[in-house]
Amino acid sequence: MTARVFVTLKPSVFDPQGHTITEALHQMGYAGVEDVRQGKYFELMLPGTSADQARSLAAEVAHKLLANPVIESYRIEVAE
Amino acid sequence: MTFAVVVFPGSNCDHDAYHAVKHVLGHSARFVWHKEAGLQGADVVILPGGFSHGDYLRTGAVAKFSPVMGAVNAFASAGGPVLGICNGFQILLEAGLLPGAMLRNAGLRFRCEHVHVRVEQTNTPFTLKCAPGQVLRLPIAHGEGNYFAEPDVAERLERQGQVVFRYTTADGRVTSESNPNGSLNGIAGICNDARNVVGLMPHPERACESPLGSADGLLVLESVVEALSSSSRLTAGAMSGGA
Repeated sequence: MTARVFVTLKPSVFDPQGHTITEALHQMGYAGVEDVRQGKYFELMLPGTSADQARSLAAEVAHKLLANPVIESYRIEVAE
Repeated sequence: MTFAVVVFPGSNCDHDAYHAVKHVLGHSARFVWHKEAGLQGADVVILPGGFSHGDYLRTGAVAKFSPVMGAVNAFASAGGPVLGICNGFQILLEAGLLPGAMLRNAGLRFRCEHVHVRVEQTNTPFTLKCAPGQVLRLPIAHGEGNYFAEPDVAERLERQGQVVFRYTTADGRVTSESNPNGSLNGIAGICNDARNVVGLMPHPERACESPLGSADGLLVLESVVEALSSSSRLTAGAMSGGA
């Protein structure tokens, strides 16, 4: 399986990079973009695992390393 | 007295710390490579500034898994004085030895300049030679020094006197202009509950000689020497709970 991990700052944490991108988009005329949250994307190649195993392993490494639970949250998708 | 200066791949203030300890302070300094499992019997541990592991993923995120961090954890748990400077502070946060996390500087710029910090607490091994409220002039050089903690954590840090350094003006006033990176409450440095682990973003080790622009940082190193000297006079055991 492949596990995809999306890490973003928690909603309660100000994202200065996302804010700067939002301002740039507004300057470019994209007034309809209310906000941008910048994040990170990881693909974990996990041959020989079931979907449940892949999800569980991805959650474990996301919690331990890929995300900092103090400031970030993560979302996981698994695919063949 | 022996200081261990831990060297991670990408540390670049390790020699500054070594120089300040050995040649200015006049104590013994040893480099300890991050793959080592022990601290060579050091009395003080410094995690220096730099860009450990290229700052990949997050600052300090990879360094916390280095073999030496097990020994640093044990040393800190036993009450040994640990100082994290800049990237060293970021590593202590990622390792959970200090609470909170670092965000990108609010202005998104890498700030490399001298700033002023007010000593908020003198009952830590790294500030006991400072006067309460003393303002130190120290250099900063970081892109991710915007300290963040959840409101309950920040409230506890303030209430328990764990905010050790705060960005201020030269005369000790907290203003938005004196905060170089958007840190919560202008926090420049904190300590743990036991007060023996201190982290700060400014570089005291680069401000130990007047020709470098300031010698205020020497107080930080002299403090820990004083702390260990007085604790060894009081007890032969490990220092616990700070001085």
